[in-house]
Amino acid sequence: MAEASTNSPAVLRGRHDFPEISGRIGSIVLNGRLPRHFWIAFLLCFLLVLLFLYSITYLIAVGVGAYGINVPVVWGTMISNFVWWIGIGHAGTLISAVLLLLRQPWRASINRFAEAMTLFAVAMAGLFPILHLGRPWFFYWLLPLPNVHMHWPQWRSPLVWDFAAIATYATVSLLFWYMGLLPDLAVLRDRARSRGAQLFYGILALGWRGSAFHWSRYQVVYFLLAALATPLVVSVHSIVSLDFTFAITPGYHSTIFPPYFVAGALLSGFAMVLTIAIPLRWAFSVRDMITLRHMDNAAKLMIAAGMVVAYGYVSEAFFAWYSGEPYERAMMAERALGPYSPLFWTMLGLNCGVLQLLWFRRIRRNMPLLFAIAIAINTGMWIERYIIVVTGPSRDYLPSAWGEQSLTWLDFGILFGSIGTFFALVFLFIRILPAITIFEVEELAEEEDKLR
Amino acid sequence: MSAIAEKGPGFGIDIAALRKQLASGHEMWRSLDEIAGTAEFRRFVEAEFPAIAERLPARPNRRTLLKLMGASLSLAGLAACSRAESIVPYVRQPEILIPGKPVYYATTLSSDGFGIGAIVESHEGRPIKIEGNPDHTASRGATDAVMQAAVLTLFDPDRSRTPLKDGQPASYGHFLKDMAGLFSRWTVSQGQGGALLLDASASPTLAAQLDALRARYPKLKIYRHDPLAIPAAAEASHALFGSALTPVYRFDRAETIVSLDADFLGEGPGRLAYAHDFAARRRVRSPNDRMSRLYAVESTPTITGAAADHRFAIKPSEVEAVAAGLNAALTGQAGRSASPIDQAWMTALADDLKAADRNALVVAGGHQSAFVQAAALSANAKLGALGNTVQLIEPPDALQVDGDLARLCGAIGDGAIDTVVVLGANPLHTAPTRLDAHKAFSSLKFMVHHGLYRDETAFLAHWHVPAAHELESWSDIRAYDGTASLVQPLIKPLYDGRTMHELLAVLGGQFEADPLAPVRQHWAALDDDAWKKALRDCIVPNSAAKPISVTVPPDLGGLRPAAKAADGIDIRFVADPWLRDGRFANASWLQELPRPLTKIVWGNAALISPATAERLKIENGKIINVALNGADIDAPAWIVPGHPDESVTLSFGFGRRAGSVAALAEGYDAFRLRSGAEWIATGATLTPRQNSVRVITTQHHQAMEGRAIIRHASLDAFRRNPDFVRKDVPPSPKETLYPDWPYDQEAWAMAIDLSACIGCMACVSACQAENNIAPVGPDECERGQEMHWLRVDRYYAGPVEAPDTFFQPVPCMHCEKAPCEVVCPVNATVHTHDGLNAQVYNRCIGTRYCSQNCPYKVRRFNFLDHQSFDKDDAGPEQGVHNPNVSVRSRGVMEKCTYCVQRISAKRIQAQIENRDIADGEVVTACQQACPTQAITFGDRNKKDARVVREKSAPQNYALLEELNTRPRTTYLGKISNPNGKLAKTGEATDG
Repeated sequence: MAEASTNSPAVLRGRHDFPEISGRIGSIVLNGRLPRHFWIAFLLCFLLVLLFLYSITYLIAVGVGAYGINVPVVWGTMISNFVWWIGIGHAGTLISAVLLLLRQPWRASINRFAEAMTLFAVAMAGLFPILHLGRPWFFYWLLPLPNVHMHWPQWRSPLVWDFAAIATYATVSLLFWYMGLLPDLAVLRDRARSRGAQLFYGILALGWRGSAFHWSRYQVVYFLLAALATPLVVSVHSIVSLDFTFAITPGYHSTIFPPYFVAGALLSGFAMVLTIAIPLRWAFSVRDMITLRHMDNAAKLMIAAGMVVAYGYVSEAFFAWYSGEPYERAMMAERALGPYSPLFWTMLGLNCGVLQLLWFRRIRRNMPLLFAIAIAINTGMWIERYIIVVTGPSRDYLPSAWGEQSLTWLDFGILFGSIGTFFALVFLFIRILPAITIFEVEELAEEEDKLR
Repeated sequence: MSAIAEKGPGFGIDIAALRKQLASGHEMWRSLDEIAGTAEFRRFVEAEFPAIAERLPARPNRRTLLKLMGASLSLAGLAACSRAESIVPYVRQPEILIPGKPVYYATTLSSDGFGIGAIVESHEGRPIKIEGNPDHTASRGATDAVMQAAVLTLFDPDRSRTPLKDGQPASYGHFLKDMAGLFSRWTVSQGQGGALLLDASASPTLAAQLDALRARYPKLKIYRHDPLAIPAAAEASHALFGSALTPVYRFDRAETIVSLDADFLGEGPGRLAYAHDFAARRRVRSPNDRMSRLYAVESTPTITGAAADHRFAIKPSEVEAVAAGLNAALTGQAGRSASPIDQAWMTALADDLKAADRNALVVAGGHQSAFVQAAALSANAKLGALGNTVQLIEPPDALQVDGDLARLCGAIGDGAIDTVVVLGANPLHTAPTRLDAHKAFSSLKFMVHHGLYRDETAFLAHWHVPAAHELESWSDIRAYDGTASLVQPLIKPLYDGRTMHELLAVLGGQFEADPLAPVRQHWAALDDDAWKKALRDCIVPNSAAKPISVTVPPDLGGLRPAAKAADGIDIRFVADPWLRDGRFANASWLQELPRPLTKIVWGNAALISPATAERLKIENGKIINVALNGADIDAPAWIVPGHPDESVTLSFGFGRRAGSVAALAEGYDAFRLRSGAEWIATGATLTPRQNSVRVITTQHHQAMEGRAIIRHASLDAFRRNPDFVRKDVPPSPKETLYPDWPYDQEAWAMAIDLSACIGCMACVSACQAENNIAPVGPDECERGQEMHWLRVDRYYAGPVEAPDTFFQPVPCMHCEKAPCEVVCPVNATVHTHDGLNAQVYNRCIGTRYCSQNCPYKVRRFNFLDHQSFDKDDAGPEQGVHNPNVSVRSRGVMEKCTYCVQRISAKRIQAQIENRDIADGEVVTACQQACPTQAITFGDRNKKDARVVREKSAPQNYALLEELNTRPRTTYLGKISNPNGKLAKTGEATDG
């Protein structure tokens, strides 16, 4: 690829050599001398982790009645948190697997932390169906285990499919991420000076020596896993959306949901990538490796996904009207004008309105503004999930049963606790594993002809 | 023990007192030592010695409540020390008692002093469920919502447990010693300075005992304080006939009924019988059937008005003018009176009444003035209905008394009375504002209080003696029609409770009286066989009062309209339908039972009309200040469609702080605005305040939103098109992916007749009692986490000032293609072989997907732990649980089971006898309680089953049938019978 024009910034800036790249990335981990603001930020996240643990303890001691849920709106923030986190995970898989298969070289410097983000987001997401349960300690009854009850899960229930989908997704994401880490772990092993670090990275590196055999096997497995992960980008969120579409509740029962959920997932996923990448490249001075090009591309993908989401909003409303179903129509009217209307219009403002700013290149390349937009989209996408979860049941068939749920401190405690835990994991990840793929950046530098 | 003493010096004295109490029983020391170090013991000391009410924080939370209940347990153990009994399992089993099989006894429960027959289900000596007594004239097999709670109040942990002298526990023997002193003083003074204060009661034994006391102490005064008394009927008949007579209505004969502010379906001792007869005359299954017609003129929305074919809302003070106008119209003097009701309406009404002739019936509301009563009697007489649809009898509750609470307070103030024995009444809560009852009772030299709770009055008493609960007592009581029935105990008194008769016997010098003796003595005329039979049925045969024939003088005995036309707001006082004057305020079931029209729980509100609210610019929950004659209260406003303008309805029963459950409730105390015994006050003012409070309601939306939820038609429209329920409704789909279920045995199904349902909530209360449904508390209700398996939806249609009101009981539909079944990931909700949609609590992990997917939203979730499973935390309230129904834990879904435990019991019986389950053998709890028999249940596979006949009625339809859920619970569309000559306001438009 030629020298970057002004219109499209370079994927890699400046000139590098291999020891410089591996040294710079590796030293973040091996030196352990991280800037003070890193630790301050980690401390803040750690406080949120404590909040998370407290909230979960409180929840298990008291019961799900401590959320604002009720009858008719028996599902609440735990489901919307779940869908939101799963969505966030999507961008990671997309960047690492789909872009790998599509041979997009710009993914190289952001795929590692995007994958880590996926993994942590799925870890967070996986907690919520359990925290949602009335009796969380029995969550394993969803598994087809030979158990004392002598009965299998009910296969017609989308929750069982959901459980399988998430478990698959988590497994594949973990394998893919770990596979990608192997060469870098070996680099760290080789560069480590303390015995402990050598052992730690040595065990994790599984004996990687960087032989040609290794690289050839590695390529096969990595592409195979990418091929496995790619359909998951579509399938996981489609299956999550079936939790809704399978129900006869107005506002849930809609065929648009699977693509609409996937698009929403990509939108929120890329927003989260930006939320992490922008501070990361600033804090660790890796602006030459994670360049404006990455930011720009992520923003472009966001607007692409966002327009599909906006189309989803329109078609949802259109089909509610077109169906002629009084229940669907009333629910849609109540969504826009009823008790949840402030949230609904906020969501539209953030996900469709604010998003349009990304059409402008100057905004896409203005990092503080892009960061703010990413945060806005993340908020908007959470609200979207919440709106979908609560407005249908709150206005379903019998008006006598209509009602709204409330939000309690526990709802927010668990949401913000999970966000804190997610970022704490990201911080730990940056501290102990290379956040930027060393070998791929090296490869890139060579391919881009930017070696010194 | 020492550990406690060290905790704080405050406990020292109490412990010493306790030591003294316990000195006699050796074994109790051990158990006390065992619990001395426990939290329960500390709570006991805290809870019992400083009074419970005093130490309760202003708003105790549910945890506090549970703790109090826990404390009650150790108290139960401690209180038992005075009557230590060893517990031994059955060596020889009693003949009638088979463990696991309930035994049923007939008894009578009192309702505002009158008897309603009941049959009580008792498991191993533990009464757990009240059913109606089909042989009893006031019950006809039905119960109301309040009666269901009798078992709950029996096991109420807050009940008073030991006699208290000046607030300190004392023995009953000690009490008897003091009473012996009183006895000797009164014997000398002939009762000089002494007085009894009675609650409302129609007990013949009580009357006889009072006569005996009077004979013994000629100077003893007897007063009666009944805050819910309705003396106007007696007043009117005094003026008309010279003797106090009380009307009994025969709705089974009535064709055209006019209610002059009478809520005969919801109020009064005959309401269950009236509702039964009223509904029986309105059962339409084919175009040839006839039905009666009800016109209701009313001053506050009631369930009677909701059931009416024509309803007219007017201010309470205008009812007299309507009564006068009605009489005028009947005598052809139309147009002369200044009736607030449209003349054409009145003429049509009068014509309709005349057409019905002697089968017409005019009912006057008991709380209305004597003039209205007399006018109603006169109208009935003119129509020839007197003696046919209205019969006059001697009042069953006639007691010769020296006056009411006002007279007593006056006598105390004059110094004429210094000793009062209060039996059951709670004047300190219910006294009119113009009496300073607190001052009067505080100045007494000696005061004895006898009651179930240590209530407001008990705090002032020198001696408080716990009363035995109705279910622990021997007594007798008359029903609304004079039928005498017996009250027999289902259980030995749980605590040191005594019956009213025992106390009266003590006052008469019989210190060793056993509780049965006074009652048996009174009915000495019955020989042993007759007594046994009377006990079995709990009815004394042929004891109903004979109708007395009278003639109504044309001048109405000189009675004139009493209300002066007054500016300002009218106040209509009503008793809370469940808590009455507040006596049931500690029954959580009743606190949490939605009020029929407002659906308000755990509190009350000042009900106003939409127009008045608009004038005052207030919305629901806004505090309004209601001022009347110098007194004023702050109450949250609640806008009720169909409420008369410029008038406010205030209900009694709330604002109590004594009792742990009562203290949880919100609401105002309307007694603080009532100057005497009046039910209607004029000239009040309403001033909106700035702030609002929450008013907790279980139904937030009142309109059907144009959906065919309750399908209704007039009788004429039904005759023209019997298939009206399917008019303008798309045909229900038939396609399904899943194969149909086979039913080799039964296929249970239910039909609910919306024409018969009067919205009285008895079914909901019965369901709660039968199925161990936990009350959840006000905060949880506000969040929408209430647990009733069966709810009664109330919808309004038409204009807000004169809406049509509809009720719809909604249990689980037990869908054939149940949306809940397919979504449960763990198979916790499944279809049974006999068609039930069963919930397996053990399997449920609480995904709540089933509730999410239930279009009827009938599933209920245990969001929190509402039942105590901790052995150490269990209190007497656990006794009320039905042993045949699982108590659900936190985190599981539950729902209506069609009373599967009752089905199983009958199936077992049928299989033992090698036969099929007969039609009508399985009766669900809701069905059994229903006074109008709106609910039918049975086996759909039986061709001749009643439920099949009901479902074959042309107006049978399924709720939301377009969803293809194929419910087994179906509804019979509501048919009303409006007068064709009167254009009905808001005809068939949906609000």
